[in-house]
Amino acid sequence: MLTRLLSGDTPRSLPLTLILLAILVSLALAPFLFPGTRSVDTAARICVFIVLVASYDLMLGYAGIVSFAHTMFFGMGAYGVALASIHMGRGFDALIVGTLAGGIAAAALALVIGLFSLRVRAIFFAMITLAVASAVAVLVSQLSGLTGGEDGLNYKIPRALTSAQKYMDEKLFGVRVNGKLLNYYLVFACSTLLFLLLLRIVNSPFGRVLQSIRENDFRAEAIGYRVVYYRTAATCLSAVAAALAGSLYAIWLRYVGPDTTLSFEIMVDILLMVVIGGMGTMYGAVIGATLFIVAQNYLQTLMGAAAEGLEGVPVLPLLLNPDRWLLWLGVLFVLSVYFFPTGVVGRLRGRG
Amino acid sequence: MPSPLLSTRDLTVRFGGHVAVDHVTCDFHAGQLTAIVGPNGAGKTTYFNLISGQIPATEGSVTLKDREITRLPVADRTDLGIGRAFQLTNLFPGLSVFENVRLVMQARRKKGFDLFSMAAAHDGINDAARDVLLRVGLWDLSGQSVSELSHGNQRKLEVAMLIALDPVVYMFDEPTAGMSVDEAPVVLELIAQLKADTSRTILLVEHKMDVIRTLADRIIVLHNGALAADGPPAEVMASDVVQEAYMGKALEDV
Repeated sequence: MLTRLLSGDTPRSLPLTLILLAILVSLALAPFLFPGTRSVDTAARICVFIVLVASYDLMLGYAGIVSFAHTMFFGMGAYGVALASIHMGRGFDALIVGTLAGGIAAAALALVIGLFSLRVRAIFFAMITLAVASAVAVLVSQLSGLTGGEDGLNYKIPRALTSAQKYMDEKLFGVRVNGKLLNYYLVFACSTLLFLLLLRIVNSPFGRVLQSIRENDFRAEAIGYRVVYYRTAATCLSAVAAALAGSLYAIWLRYVGPDTTLSFEIMVDILLMVVIGGMGTMYGAVIGATLFIVAQNYLQTLMGAAAEGLEGVPVLPLLLNPDRWLLWLGVLFVLSVYFFPTGVVGRLRGRG
Repeated sequence: MPSPLLSTRDLTVRFGGHVAVDHVTCDFHAGQLTAIVGPNGAGKTTYFNLISGQIPATEGSVTLKDREITRLPVADRTDLGIGRAFQLTNLFPGLSVFENVRLVMQARRKKGFDLFSMAAAHDGINDAARDVLLRVGLWDLSGQSVSELSHGNQRKLEVAMLIALDPVVYMFDEPTAGMSVDEAPVVLELIAQLKADTSRTILLVEHKMDVIRTLADRIIVLHNGALAADGPPAEVMASDVVQEAYMGKALEDV
């Protein structure tokens, strides 16, 4: 039953299983284990990014397609929800319409980009996605009337998903049972579902074809697979999953802006998360996203504490000054790529 | 004579000013094994590429079972029954031996766009792939990654994938190249077995004359891209054209 849920693709390594279980339990019980706005926000962000990174892994790790437009699709889902909520008024219907519209738009754009550029060489596709994504990012920041420009959009989501809505008078294990909690579980449940769906797709006959294309597209064509159709389909699926992740993110944040969804920095983050976690493994997305976002949010705090602890020791407190957290984040990445060339998952499964 | 399974009419390809394959007209009949010989650079592999679709023809046509396939993409030709094994081993290196063959079976059964079932749960495809591996003697290695396989076994897998494809036209491009003396006979035996099925035709590019002598029903000779001789092995091998071509002299000097 559990194996079926994981599409027969189990972690296949005891340490990996334990780590994944720990992450699952932490995320499932995050509001209770780590109460506080900031930690729950981090947990929700992790959930969303797991889906986003997993959908990117479908393209990069399984089909071997390099794309720089993933944040664009992510943004389409997010802006879909934002625009629908503004123009239709707050309500679940707006969330559903926005999510659907974002997903359909992402699929359509991915289809056009794919059919036009996936039949030629990989580098050309990468360049096209980069160009289109930059154009869209500029467009969004310039069309202030529609998109709010650089400031982004604030909007209202249904009251049932905000902290204004109380479901129980007394606290449950010290946590207020309100709309915000429901919102978190909405994000968590949808992310889990989407992740399991992506895991199923990569283990389906279709997913196997993608792997064969990654290994040798020439031969994949010669045994009867129309490579361009498969690549395009993979791009579309990946785009839709990214858009759905974007919608979840928009529902959680109640704000969208170029910096939270479309920026090139996020694209680089996604790339790093896939590589650190392990390409072509899906579970790598879980580990990569968790590690990265936790480091992004807590490294600074941790360093502050360390610097204080080392007060009086020469040089070290300066090196560990919280302002230098980006330096250390960088060092961590270089080390992890150096020591885990096949990612954390590849390493734990004992391949390189 | 019944209509041929495969035929090429004036098949030509030019790369700039160079004519690599020059108006080759040839019919291939069911139950026949045709060896294609000629010196290096004569256009044998290019002729194969034109038939299986890796290179588009400049002129002429390719017809499979009375259907013109000259403009079809590679995958569609494969679907119609053109099966090709490659000269340089051309497999899915990071995947297992089993998966390589399984992918072929899956392509034949048109399950490629099945998104939501588990590939591992398609028993029909799995069993068929296992049967092919048992037949070529690679079943014991089925779990190994192809990149860890010896050269000889990679060649064997190449043949296994073609058998799994079960095409109408089998195309072998130097199937025993680089194989050791004890490994080569296994592959040749597999090809000999395929001959038993008289509804197919086999095309074989080969340099080794002893192999041709034992397997071929007919030999065609390509020279500078053009068809230089065509006939039963004994006759073609005795002809001046072949003698000269294999002595290394240019035909023009004859």
